[in-house]
Amino acid sequence: MLIGSLLVASFVIFGALYLAPGSVLATLSGGRALPAASVAVLNQRYHLNAPFFAQYWYWLDNAVHGDLGISITLRENVSTLIGNRIWTTAGLVLYASLIIFVLGIGLGVLAGLRPGKLDTSALVTTAVTAAVPAFVAAIVLLLVFSVKLGWFPALATGTSGASFLTEVKDFTLPAVALALSSLAIVARVTRAAIREEADREHVQTAVSRGIPHRQVIQRHTLRNAAIPITTVFAITVASLIAVSAVVETAFSLNGVGAYLVQAAQSKDIAVVQGISLVLVTAFVVVNLLADLMYAVLDPRVKLGAKAS
Amino acid sequence: MSRLVFANRKTRGDLSVARGGLGVASGKRRFAGGKLGVAGTICAVVVGLAVLAAVAGPFIAPYSPTLPNLQLAWVGPVSGHLLGFDFEGRDVLSRLLAGAQTAMLGPLVVVVLAMAGGALFAVVAAWRRGATDAVISSGMDVLFAFPGILLAVLATTVFGAGLTAAAVALAIAYLPYVARVLRSGALKERNQTYVQALEVQGVSVPRICFGHILPNMSGIIVAQATVLFGYAMVDLAAISFLGLGVQPPAANWGVMISENEPGILQGYPLPALAAGLCVVAVVIAVNVLGERLLEREGQR
Amino acid sequence: MTATNLLEVTGLRVTLGAGTVLRGVDFAIRPGEALGLVGESGSGKSMTARAIGRILPRGAQADGIITFDGADIGKLDGKGLRRYRGQVAMIFQDPRAHINPVRRVGDFMTEALRTNEGVPKAEAYAQAADMLGQVGLESKNLDKYPHQLSGGMLQRVMIAAALLTRPRLLLADEPTTALDVTTQAEVMAILAELRSDFDLALLFITHDLELAAAVCDRTAVMYAGQVVEVRDSALLHTDPLHPYTSALAAARPDIGRAAARLRAIPGRPLSGFEAPPDACAFAARCAHAAAGCFETAPELTGLDGGMSRCRRAVELRGTLGVTADA
Repeated sequence: MLIGSLLVASFVIFGALYLAPGSVLATLSGGRALPAASVAVLNQRYHLNAPFFAQYWYWLDNAVHGDLGISITLRENVSTLIGNRIWTTAGLVLYASLIIFVLGIGLGVLAGLRPGKLDTSALVTTAVTAAVPAFVAAIVLLLVFSVKLGWFPALATGTSGASFLTEVKDFTLPAVALALSSLAIVARVTRAAIREEADREHVQTAVSRGIPHRQVIQRHTLRNAAIPITTVFAITVASLIAVSAVVETAFSLNGVGAYLVQAAQSKDIAVVQGISLVLVTAFVVVNLLADLMYAVLDPRVKLGAKAS
Repeated sequence: MSRLVFANRKTRGDLSVARGGLGVASGKRRFAGGKLGVAGTICAVVVGLAVLAAVAGPFIAPYSPTLPNLQLAWVGPVSGHLLGFDFEGRDVLSRLLAGAQTAMLGPLVVVVLAMAGGALFAVVAAWRRGATDAVISSGMDVLFAFPGILLAVLATTVFGAGLTAAAVALAIAYLPYVARVLRSGALKERNQTYVQALEVQGVSVPRICFGHILPNMSGIIVAQATVLFGYAMVDLAAISFLGLGVQPPAANWGVMISENEPGILQGYPLPALAAGLCVVAVVIAVNVLGERLLEREGQR
Repeated sequence: MTATNLLEVTGLRVTLGAGTVLRGVDFAIRPGEALGLVGESGSGKSMTARAIGRILPRGAQADGIITFDGADIGKLDGKGLRRYRGQVAMIFQDPRAHINPVRRVGDFMTEALRTNEGVPKAEAYAQAADMLGQVGLESKNLDKYPHQLSGGMLQRVMIAAALLTRPRLLLADEPTTALDVTTQAEVMAILAELRSDFDLALLFITHDLELAAAVCDRTAVMYAGQVVEVRDSALLHTDPLHPYTSALAAARPDIGRAAARLRAIPGRPLSGFEAPPDACAFAARCAHAAAGCFETAPELTGLDGGMSRCRRAVELRGTLGVTADA
């Protein structure tokens, strides 16, 4: 099912070339005038004389083998260009996921297990931060933590080969900006899941048999709540993939997302298609992992069932 | 008009036939008068102000929102200029007021398109059930793979930067989500006895779907639309922030954040912050309203 | 109440929030004895079991004394409480809801053994396999997940699991209500067999008066949060001591006769919340109510080896029995 999604998505990405007004060549060149030699190269590369579906097939086949075309502006392989930047984006998304895991799930678990003041204040804080879009969070974080407090650099100071600590410092503000709006939903679902599991009858059974409280929480409440929590966490991480472009732009990070935006602005369609394909694939892969985790955690579910 | 809505609701489980009537407009009116509570009223006020700014902004702005005056760049608040000047010397308040238009209009277009498309698919799937439902549902599931922002970037590259391409792309990206939500509501309605009664009386299928089923879902439709508005607003502002939506020198809150970002680093945070605050305020207000409405729907 | 009682419940009152759920529960169970606890919905029978099992819901307040082997269970804590839980086991009405669906049956059964008694895994599983055999299930079910077993099988698993800690008292909260009649009979047969094998005392909670009377030595009847009668099961139908019991028994349709209409008790059963504090809770529906019944709350008093909470119990002796023509 998700593979089907991927195929359709790739088709849409490819087909966008044809939806554009004007000829395919005009779109490929981004409206620039091209010398005849370049036109010939493009014709050959994209098999522009072949029927539509054949072209799609060539494109997809190339993509699967790592050839995503050539950037019209930089005259380099798109794959190489992506490869240089992919770790920045991956690092950013991973860092943000870590923050969501620790803060979002952590707060949710605490709020779920100990109803009280912490519970309501956590909910309120996260509800407010949830409404703050990543780019607004970015400028506020920059203002407070970079300009006023000077704890973190505004622009990435490390170059490749910089120490791990420098990299972490560089990426902290962006990661927080990326994670902020997702914290609320993860915390809220976690809390609700824990509350619901804690009230279940099988927990009563365990208590009635004298199982120590701590163990009841671990082996029954948390273990069962892990199912919906993992699902929402995975879906959240998947959503980070697209928003990373916004954060990278705001913090001038040299990631795949920022590059996507630049390519879109300069109408470099090959690059946009290539990066879109990569991002959508990542999105689908994360969702697939979510479904897998769900099947692993819940023995009642057969592999292939939808987690959401 | 509201009496017709009540007549619609009575037909559930009742063999008497309702006299048509489109419920959505009156549905909105019913909720506006409902018990929203203190928080809800504040949010409604904020949204109201934003709508006002969107409609009247360009006219009531005291100064030109687009004419640059570089000598006044980054000057702070002075009398007559509550929020100071932006990076090109324009009055921030005026630009905010003017920017409200695109900031509110874009999401509205997205919501209308997504809800219309989603409702259509949902009703068709719920009505025909069986194979048609399976095909539509699978189709919707497949579309889920496209994050809204990504589709919007793709669309603006191909069709040119601007609100139209971005809004349509977002609407398409939201469609599966809307269709899924509305489908379950539509299925519930379709199984009610009043639908069978209408069928027996020979009322045409489109009339049943759009004249009765959809109006009876007006609650969930309005609630969902409100929540969707919040998402669309954030996504569209992000697109404009990325430079792919509204193009400068046109006024737009997302654009303002982007173009005034350097000010944050140089010690002039106000213009960017003010624009950010506008976005956040309206999004919070819309979200809270939407959640209230959803809660009330859940209690039915 | 003698000193040889295994379990003694005296004056148990439970409040939950603003309302009173149990307004006075008194009974005793001797070692190896089976006591039925019968009542309609809202009578408080489940809450009684929970009070004895010390799993009252959050916010519930309990008064009165419950002793087990002479010790006040309300004062138990930590290790003492865990030991008590090993001695008093509970089984519940809906086994599917009461067994963790994401863990295997073997894990469920041996959890208490491994955790509380430190029994090594292999031996715990061996004991579990053995117990499964006693309830008529194969040991391969230890590896299965709950959703792979039927309701009847799960109930047997629950019973087997409860017996692994060698309890002396089993609290059974409507264990067969959710099962079909055939399975019900099987489960009851297993319970009876195990009781005699392990010399187990049983508190059998049900809404089915006939079932309780058939299975248990004595039966207690609850109404509106109070025990209104305790009687030897054999005498319950022929010589009940409380009008409610006799009305319950009479309401059961007789399979041997055709009747024009079902004999129902007029009105609806009261729960503990709704009962008037200073009148007999059943008076409004009672065929034998007198003026005094509405003015003072009756006490539970002994009578002919049983107990009755009826002011007119002595006068009504012998007239409350269910006869063929009643």
